Amino acid sequence: MFIVRHKNIFLGIGLFLTLVSLGAIVRPGLDLGIDFSGGTLIEFSYQAGFQPSVENLRETLAEAGFERVIVQPTGENGILLRLPHISDADRQKISTALSNASSGSVTLENLTSIGPVIGSELKRKSIYAITGVILLIVLYITYAFRKVSQPVMSWKYGLIAVVTLLHDVIVPSGFYVLYSSLTGAEVDLLFVTALMAVLGFSVHDTIIVFDRIRENLAKNVGRDSFPEIVGKSLRETFTRSVTTSFTVVLTLLALIFFGGPQTVHFSVLLLVGIIAGTYSSLCIASPLLIFMEARQRRSSPRRS
Amino acid sequence: MTGTNRVRFVAILFLIVGLTIGYFNYYSDTVSEDSAFFFPFKLGLDLAGGTHLVYRGDLSAIDSGERGASMDALRDVIERRINIFGVSEPLIQVESSGRGDDTEGRLIVELPGITDIDQAVALIGATPVLEFRTEREGTTPESINDRITQFENGIGGPVTVDEFYVPTALTGRFLERAQLDFDPLSGEPGVSLVFNSEGAKLFEKITEANIGKTVAIVLDGSIISAPVVREAIREGKAQITGMFTAEDAKVLVGRLNAGALPIPIELLGSQTVGASLGAGAVKGGVRAGLIGFALVAAFLVLWYRVPGFVAIIALSIYTMIVLAIFKLLPVTLTAAGIAGFILSIGMAVDANILIFERMKEELSRGRTLEEAMREGFARAWPSIRDSNVSSMITALVLFTMSSSLVKGFALTFGIGVLVSMFTAITVTRTFLYSLGMAGGGSKIAFLFGSGIR
Repeated sequence: MFIVRHKNIFLGIGLFLTLVSLGAIVRPGLDLGIDFSGGTLIEFSYQAGFQPSVENLRETLAEAGFERVIVQPTGENGILLRLPHISDADRQKISTALSNASSGSVTLENLTSIGPVIGSELKRKSIYAITGVILLIVLYITYAFRKVSQPVMSWKYGLIAVVTLLHDVIVPSGFYVLYSSLTGAEVDLLFVTALMAVLGFSVHDTIIVFDRIRENLAKNVGRDSFPEIVGKSLRETFTRSVTTSFTVVLTLLALIFFGGPQTVHFSVLLLVGIIAGTYSSLCIASPLLIFMEARQRRSSPRRS
Repeated sequence: MTGTNRVRFVAILFLIVGLTIGYFNYYSDTVSEDSAFFFPFKLGLDLAGGTHLVYRGDLSAIDSGERGASMDALRDVIERRINIFGVSEPLIQVESSGRGDDTEGRLIVELPGITDIDQAVALIGATPVLEFRTEREGTTPESINDRITQFENGIGGPVTVDEFYVPTALTGRFLERAQLDFDPLSGEPGVSLVFNSEGAKLFEKITEANIGKTVAIVLDGSIISAPVVREAIREGKAQITGMFTAEDAKVLVGRLNAGALPIPIELLGSQTVGASLGAGAVKGGVRAGLIGFALVAAFLVLWYRVPGFVAIIALSIYTMIVLAIFKLLPVTLTAAGIAGFILSIGMAVDANILIFERMKEELSRGRTLEEAMREGFARAWPSIRDSNVSSMITALVLFTMSSSLVKGFALTFGIGVLVSMFTAITVTRTFLYSLGMAGGGSKIAFLFGSGIR
């Protein structure tokens, strides 16, 4: 199996991508959206033909006392405003200012206002959730593989799954830094949801490879070496991993191109995450397993 | 019946059930509301339009044992206020009542169809403050009139209640109930107030001390009426007349009966989605779902041939079952929820792919088709079980995160994964067996093979 043969190269690529992504997450860092940082986002549209210019709108808002507003045009008649968390009274002032800016009618499309309390609470909950998912999955893998403790202890399968999961969270996050600098996408709740879906998918993939290793280990009566068994298992599950990922990629492409603007960033992140997850299951998890077994053998030479 | 015939019978049964559920999904959305079969998809606020509000209840003044009850009382008051407003299917829910040193309660209010957030917030936060005030020393009807004339002529600031009346202990808190009634003589609408026993005593004291003077009935800072007290009133009843239309009086009665909020609240966050934005998201989700399904179906048939075709039927039945569950439970669908469902289709396909790859392997080892099928299903099962359990773990953890957006994703994803375990195994197997193909040879190898070979 080429992955087992060139395992250092594949592990190296994974490590390199993880480090680069970690670097990107530290600096320039992820752009937290209002879901986490708190703030106000107002999306509205003017009657066709009556939309004031962005400059005009900015002036009107400044006159009403709102200097720190980001005004962005969206779609045909749409305008997007971003500003810090505002009070009820301020919100009313803004609606008045918006309708004064044009003689046409204004339609509110979306107004989200998140106080700083909720923002930091969500941030905490999201980190808990991701940690919780990872921990429970390790426990489950340790349990599911409890009968295979030769030659590698079952909890080590769990540990390796965690390493691949970290890779699967870090690489898409790093990608998202680049992606958001191009598109202006922010880290919102959907971002966290996408990461968790990636976790679920990736561990699903990893488990299927591990399952096959478990099965082949049970059938093997000491003839093949551990790396050979891993290689055989990888070969047998390779097509399945790639085809499954491909079908998920197909549905994601449909979501990206036809699913409407709300879920585009979500789907792009999922797409990258699924690819990273497939890569880690095939090219990181199994090579790591071989390394573990080799180390274990060196430290206790009596076992074969 | 032979084995194959029995399997065929079950397969046809699955087909009929699938078609029936599919028809139910369609029919239950289009039938009139009165029908017992009316089960429309329940769309979340982000899809249907509406307002989502998050409130913080300040519980610092409440004993730790009473906090739950206070939050429930808060919910009831807000619910009554919203009901006056006539919102269909509002959701008012206590999210937390504080624990230990945490003196913060959380209340979520969802108002489908309401996109005027200012109106909604005003309605919920409105505290109808009803007060009874007595004359300040030196206040006479003349002095008040003089002051008003002065103001009209541009002398002095606006006239305030405080200039002429001082507050008493009697407020709307001591109200037992308010009621709409009409003056028997003039037919004018009015509001009659009944105090509780404590309020009745206070009212008696106030009226006793102010015989011949006016007592002002002040609502939200403005005087509604200031009748002259003729005698001490002992039965704890009062009447406000003269200032309203019947509609105003009805709203006031509703607000007074709904009562004041038991604890102070603060708006922490809000989201309002316009109906057109939501409609666009629904259209996008449905379109993406259909196109995604078509792409996957095309791929499955081209790559896996006969089993691929069987997988498409199983997937269609899967989709019908999941959609019916969404309707019956009901699951509130959000944009994230639709994405979760579409992703779960991917997982459902995976179970089939696992089985087919296994079958192909067994075939290439020279087994007969029947053996290959049996082995394929038996051996794929542990993988399907383990991987789906881990998906379920993810869904469960996500579901315990209280944000409704993430919950929506977790729920549809979790239901999807659960149902896929049934359809991928049972339905696919039944259909494959019912084809009645057996033996080996190159024809079978091609039909059940995959890829470009």
